[in-house]
Amino acid sequence: MKISIPDFSLVVLIGPTGSGKSSFARKHFLETEIVSSDACRAVVSDDETDQAASGDAFELLRLTAGIRLRRRKLTVIDATSVQPRDRAELVQLARQYHALPIALVLNIDPDLCHERNQGRANRDFGPHVARNHSKALRRGLRGLQKEGFRQVHIMNAPAEVDALEITREPLWTDLRHDEGPFDIIGDIHGCFDELTDLLTRLGYDLDPYAPGESLLSARHPEGRRAYFVGDITDRGPRNVDCLRLVMGMCAEGSGHCVMGNHDFKLSKWLKGRDVKQTHGLDRTVAELSACSEAFRKEVSDFIYDLRSHAWLAGGRLVVAHAGLKAEMHGRGSAAVRSFAMFGETTGEVDEFGLPVRLEWAREYRGEADVVYGHTPTIEAEWLNGTLCIDTGCVFGGKLTALRWPERETVSIPAARQYSEPAKPLDHGSGRTAQQDHDRLLYFDDYARKQRIETRLGGTVMIPEENALAALEVMSRFAVDPRWLIYLPPTMAACPTAPEGPFLERPEQALDFYATRGVTDLVVEEKHMGSRALIVVARDADAAAARFGTEVGKAGVIYTRTGRAFFNDEALEAAVVARIGQAVGKAGLWDQLETDWLLLDAELMPWSAKAQELLRKQYYPTVAAARTSAEILIEALDAAQDIEGLESLRARAETRRANALAMGRTIEGYCWDASSIEDYRIAPFHILAAEGRVLTDRPHDWHMETLATLCAADPILRTTGWRRIDPSSEADRKAVIDWWLDHTGAGGEGMVFKPNTFVVKGEKGLIQPAMKVRGRDYLRIIYGPDYDLPENIERLRKRGLMRKFSLADREFRLGLEGLSRFVERKPLRQIHECALGVLGLESEPVDPRL
Amino acid sequence: MQLELTLYAPEGSDYAASDLGFLLHKHPGHLHERDTAQGKVSIFFPKVSEAEARAVIYLDVDPVALVRGKNEQSDGLLAQYVNDRPYAANSLLSVALGRVIGQTMSGKSKDRQSLADRALPFRIRIAPVAVSGGIDVIEELFSPLGYEFDAKTLDDTGRRAVFDLDLTITARLSKILNHLYVLVPVLDNAKHYWIDKAEIEKLLAKGGDWLPSHPAKELIARRALKHRRSLVEQALERLSETIDEEVEEESAADTGEEKLEKPIRLHDLRLDTVRDAILAAGARTVLDLGCGEGKLIRRLIRERGIERVLGVDPSVRTLETAARRLHLDEAGDRLRERVQLQLGSLTYGDRRWQGFDAATLVEVIEHIDPPRLAALELSLFGDARPGMVVVSTPNRDYNVLFEGMAPGTLRHGDHRFEWTRTEFANWAGRVAATHGYATDIRPLGPEDATHGAPSQMCVFTREGAA
Repeated sequence: MKISIPDFSLVVLIGPTGSGKSSFARKHFLETEIVSSDACRAVVSDDETDQAASGDAFELLRLTAGIRLRRRKLTVIDATSVQPRDRAELVQLARQYHALPIALVLNIDPDLCHERNQGRANRDFGPHVARNHSKALRRGLRGLQKEGFRQVHIMNAPAEVDALEITREPLWTDLRHDEGPFDIIGDIHGCFDELTDLLTRLGYDLDPYAPGESLLSARHPEGRRAYFVGDITDRGPRNVDCLRLVMGMCAEGSGHCVMGNHDFKLSKWLKGRDVKQTHGLDRTVAELSACSEAFRKEVSDFIYDLRSHAWLAGGRLVVAHAGLKAEMHGRGSAAVRSFAMFGETTGEVDEFGLPVRLEWAREYRGEADVVYGHTPTIEAEWLNGTLCIDTGCVFGGKLTALRWPERETVSIPAARQYSEPAKPLDHGSGRTAQQDHDRLLYFDDYARKQRIETRLGGTVMIPEENALAALEVMSRFAVDPRWLIYLPPTMAACPTAPEGPFLERPEQALDFYATRGVTDLVVEEKHMGSRALIVVARDADAAAARFGTEVGKAGVIYTRTGRAFFNDEALEAAVVARIGQAVGKAGLWDQLETDWLLLDAELMPWSAKAQELLRKQYYPTVAAARTSAEILIEALDAAQDIEGLESLRARAETRRANALAMGRTIEGYCWDASSIEDYRIAPFHILAAEGRVLTDRPHDWHMETLATLCAADPILRTTGWRRIDPSSEADRKAVIDWWLDHTGAGGEGMVFKPNTFVVKGEKGLIQPAMKVRGRDYLRIIYGPDYDLPENIERLRKRGLMRKFSLADREFRLGLEGLSRFVERKPLRQIHECALGVLGLESEPVDPRL
Repeated sequence: MQLELTLYAPEGSDYAASDLGFLLHKHPGHLHERDTAQGKVSIFFPKVSEAEARAVIYLDVDPVALVRGKNEQSDGLLAQYVNDRPYAANSLLSVALGRVIGQTMSGKSKDRQSLADRALPFRIRIAPVAVSGGIDVIEELFSPLGYEFDAKTLDDTGRRAVFDLDLTITARLSKILNHLYVLVPVLDNAKHYWIDKAEIEKLLAKGGDWLPSHPAKELIARRALKHRRSLVEQALERLSETIDEEVEEESAADTGEEKLEKPIRLHDLRLDTVRDAILAAGARTVLDLGCGEGKLIRRLIRERGIERVLGVDPSVRTLETAARRLHLDEAGDRLRERVQLQLGSLTYGDRRWQGFDAATLVEVIEHIDPPRLAALELSLFGDARPGMVVVSTPNRDYNVLFEGMAPGTLRHGDHRFEWTRTEFANWAGRVAATHGYATDIRPLGPEDATHGAPSQMCVFTREGAA
C-alpha cells in the first residue's frame, strides 16, 4: 500500500508492545523526527521499561513533540497509544500547533507480538500485556476518525507493515513555490463593474462579456495572477457575474481565490442546508435560484475546493480572507480555517451588534506580509506587515488591489453605495494605522538577545546585556523614537603610523584602501564639534505626516546617542527652520522630490554640546598638567644645585609646553555660542529622503549637493574635500601636504572614504570610512604627553580589529534601520536597529580609537 | 602632582627644622628617586635652614601605564579617556607615599624618634589636587582635624575643580601623613583603587583612631569605598555600632534632594501616604513603576491584603540593590510569588503590566523628559489600564521655602521638570479625561498657607473600576 501524508503533521503510531512500531518508524522517518516513549523513559529514569516513570516520560514526550511542532517539524510519536485517553492528548497537541494528526495503526496479532518480545532484552513480561494492548486497540479502531485523526491507515499483518510506502507532500495551503507576482483583490461582494474596471486598470485582458452561465475570464499579458481574498458575492448587484469571472480565472489559472465567510455560507445554502438569508445572501440566492442546477453545482464544487489561506512566495506572503496570525501560517486545523475565514473574536458584541474582534494585526510580528479583507476600512493601510484591502466597495467605498511584491495599491471607487453598512467605517486619526500603532513601542519586544538581519549581508547579534543597557539609555535620554530613524556608526581609525612623532598619518589610510583595490577615494576635512543628526521637513505638517509625531515640529536635531542636541526647544526649532529654508533655497526639496531629509552633520562649536565634558574632564586635565609642571619648576628654582635636578627640570618644561599645546588645541574648538549665528553646522551626508536611502549616491555627489546647500546660509559650513586615487603618487603627495597643513593649523584631521558609499570586498564590506587625526588633536584623546618618545612607542601597540568590526556592524545596522524607515516598515523594526547601534556602543572597545 | 612638607622651628626651639631630613629618612643634599608601581617619585629639599625646611615629594605618574595597567578593570573604559589623574593628587599619591616614606608614616625615625613623637608646626602643600565638591568638602574633611587651610582654585570649571591646597597644623608628622593617606583620595572622589575588602582594613588601619569620631565619616567611607554599597555598610558598621538606619539607606545620588527635604522626612511620609491610598482602595495587586531600591515595596509586602507587587525600574543595578534589600534571593516561594522585580521602562509599553489593581509612580514622572511623558500616558493609562494610578511629584511652588536652594533650580540633578500645583492639576485632568479616569489631587506633606505642601499626589481611578 502507498500512502501520502502532509510534510507537516503529527504521526501517531498505534500498536501493542512488540508490534514493530520502532523498526517501522526508523524505516520511514528520520531518527530526529521520532519521539519515543521508551527513549523518554530512559532519559528521565535511566530505564526504558520503568513504568513508574511513565508520567514524567510522557511529559517530556509532549514537551519535545510540542517544541518540534511549534517549529513546524513533522513529528512521529512512537508509543503504544492504544488507549483513547493517550491519543486524545496527542490530538490535542496537534491542534495546539495546527498540525494534522495522522494515525498509523499496527494491528498485529498479540501472540506474534509476545513472541517477538521474548527475543528482546527487558521485555520478559507475560503474554497478557500484548493481548490487553491489542484488545484496547481493537475496541478503538473504528472511532479513530472521530477522535480527530485526519488520516487513519491500518495495517493488519506484518506483511502489510512491510509493504507500506509513505510519501510526503506539502499541505494544501503550502504554496511557497509560487513566487507570483500577484494582484491581490479585496472583497468583491457582487460589484462586477468595479471588478472589471479594476482588472482592466491592473492590465488584464478581459474576455468580452456574454450573458448567461458560461464562465468569463481574464488574463494578464505578463503572466501576473489575480488573488481574490474571498467574499465574491452578497449585498452587491451582480453576484453571479462575479462568480462567473472569478471561477473562470481560477479555471484558466490566471486567478486564485481563498475562501471568505460569505463564500462558506453560500456553499452551505447550495448544499441545501438551512441558512439565514441575511447580510446580503438573499440577493445572491435570488440570482442563483434563476440559474441552472448544473451551474449551482459548479459553484458549490468551486467553493468546496477553495483554500482557507495561501502561504506563498517562500513564506513571504500570506493571503487569507480575515488575516492570519503568524503561528498559523502554512498550517492546518479547524482553528486555522476558522481564523482565516472569520478572524478571532472575543465572544462579545459591540453596540452595533457586531462581534468584537481581537486586533491580531497589532500583535503581529511575523516575517510574511499578510494581505486580507473581511473588515471594511476607509483606506488600505499597512500595519506591522499586514494589510487589509477590504475598502468597502459594496458600501460605497472602493475596490482595492495590492500589487505584490511591489506593495502598491490600486483602487476603483464604487459607482454607488449598494448596501448600508451595519456600522460606519472607521475614520482614522489623521495618522496612518501604522503611525497610530507606533505611538507606543513595547519593552518586551527588545529586552532580550537580538538578532538583526541586515541587507548588506550578515546578521548582527546584540547580546542581552547590551540590549538592556541600550534600553535604559534610550528610555532615560533619547528623543521620541519616531524621530530616531538612524544612529550613526562609529568610524575606524587608520592603522597606526609605524614610526616618528605621529601616531596617525594619511599614508596608512591610503595604503589600506589601495591594497583593497579601491582606486576612487574621497577625502574630507573632519570638523571638531559634535555629531548631529538633523531631521528636517518642509514644515510641521509634512513632518507630522511622515513621522507621525503630533508636537508641531518641523524636525529635530539629535546626537549620536539619540539625545536631543539642544536642551532649548526654541533654539532647536530655529536651527531646524534655518536649515529648512536653506534646503528650499538650494532647490533640494524639488530636486530630491521629497518633503523631508535626514542630514548627517558636525555641529560646532564643540563647547556647545561638550560643555559638561570640558568642565569635568578636559579643563581640569589641562589645569592639572600645567600646574603640576609649573609648581615643580617653581620648587626647582628655589633649590640648590643638586645633581639630577637639571634633567627633572627639562622634563618639567616639556610637560608644561605639552599642557599648553593641549589647552590651545581645545580653545580652537570652543567659542561662545549665545545666538544662533554663532553656530556652524557642517553637513557631510544627505542620508535619506522620501522613498530612498541616498547611500546609493557616491560621496562626491553628497559633497557637491551639500555645497549648494551650505551656500544658502552662513551658519552652514562647507567641508573641504578632494577626490583622489590612492595609488597615484601625485594624488598621495597632494593629500598628505593638505593633511599636514590642515592639522598643523589646528584641524582635527581628515576622513578617507571610498567614493562609492558601500563597497563590498572579498571578505564582506570594506570599511566605509577611516579617520586620520592630527598630531595636536590627538593630545585631547591620548593626553598631553602622548607623543613623548617613551609614550608614543607604547601607544603604537593598539589593536584596531575590534574597532573595525564594530564600525562594520554599526554601519550595516544603521543603513538597515534607515532602509526600513524609507520602506515604511513598522517602527518596531526601525527602532530595533537604532537600539542595536546603541547596544553595540556599550561593547568594550578602546574609546580612543 | 606633588606634596610639599615644610617644618618650622620658631626661635628658641629645641630642634632644627633641617631635622626634617631625619624624619623622612632622606638626606637633604641629594635628589632621591625611586620607581614605584604608581610612577617615579622624586624627593628633594628646595629649602633647608635652622628655622625652615621644605621637602618636595613629586610623583610622575606614567599615563600610558595608568591606562594599560590594572586600573582598567576597576574603572571600565572611562579611564581610557583623557583625565587629570596622572597630574592631580589622588590615591596614587597615597599609595606612593606608603612606598617611599612608609617608616615615617608609621611614626618611626632612626635618629630623631623624639621629634617623630612630638607635635611640630608643619605646612603642607598639595598641588594640584582634584576636589570634588570644592572648598566645602575641604573644610568638612580637614577642619575637624585641626587644620587651617588655604585653597586656591586653578580652574573655574565647577563641580570637579583643581586646587592648590595649603594646610597648616601642629601635629605629629605620622599623624599628618595618615590623614593625607586617607583624605586625599576622598577629596578626589573618583575611581581608584580601593575596591575590595582588604581595602576596608587599610582604611581602618590608617583611620582607626580618628575616623570613628570624624563628623564626616560617612562621606569618607562612602567616597573611599567608591560607592560600593555593601562595603560602605560593612565599614560603617565596624566604625560605629549605632548607625541611623535611614542614613544607611540613602543612595549617594539622592543625597542632594534628601538633604534639602530631610528636616521633614518627606520621602517616608510620601511612601506611607501612597501605601495608605492603595490599601484604602482595596487594591490587591500593585505595579510599582520606578520602584528604585524597593522602599514602597517593603511597605506593601507587610500588608496582608496585598497579593502581588511587581516592581519595575530601568536600571539593572538598582534592581539588584532592591532584591538585596528585600532579601529576595533567600526568600521562600510564597514571598517570591508576591514580589517580583522586573527591568522595564516608562517610555515603552509593556505587556507584562496588564491586569493590575493599582499602579504607583512615586516621584518618578519628573525624571522623564516632558516630550516623552506622552509615551508613559499611553502605555500606562491607555494600554495597561490599572484600576487606579497613584502619581506623586514635587510641588514647585514650595521650592522657595527650601533654604539653600537657588531660584530656578530643581531639587535633583536628574529632574527634567518640577510642576506647580496648577501645572500638575492641568496635566492630571487632561490625562484623566483622555483615558477615562477620575482624579483626586491631594497635598503631600505639611502644608504652607501660600505655597502648599512640598509634594503633591493624584489618585486616578478608572471609570467603571470597583
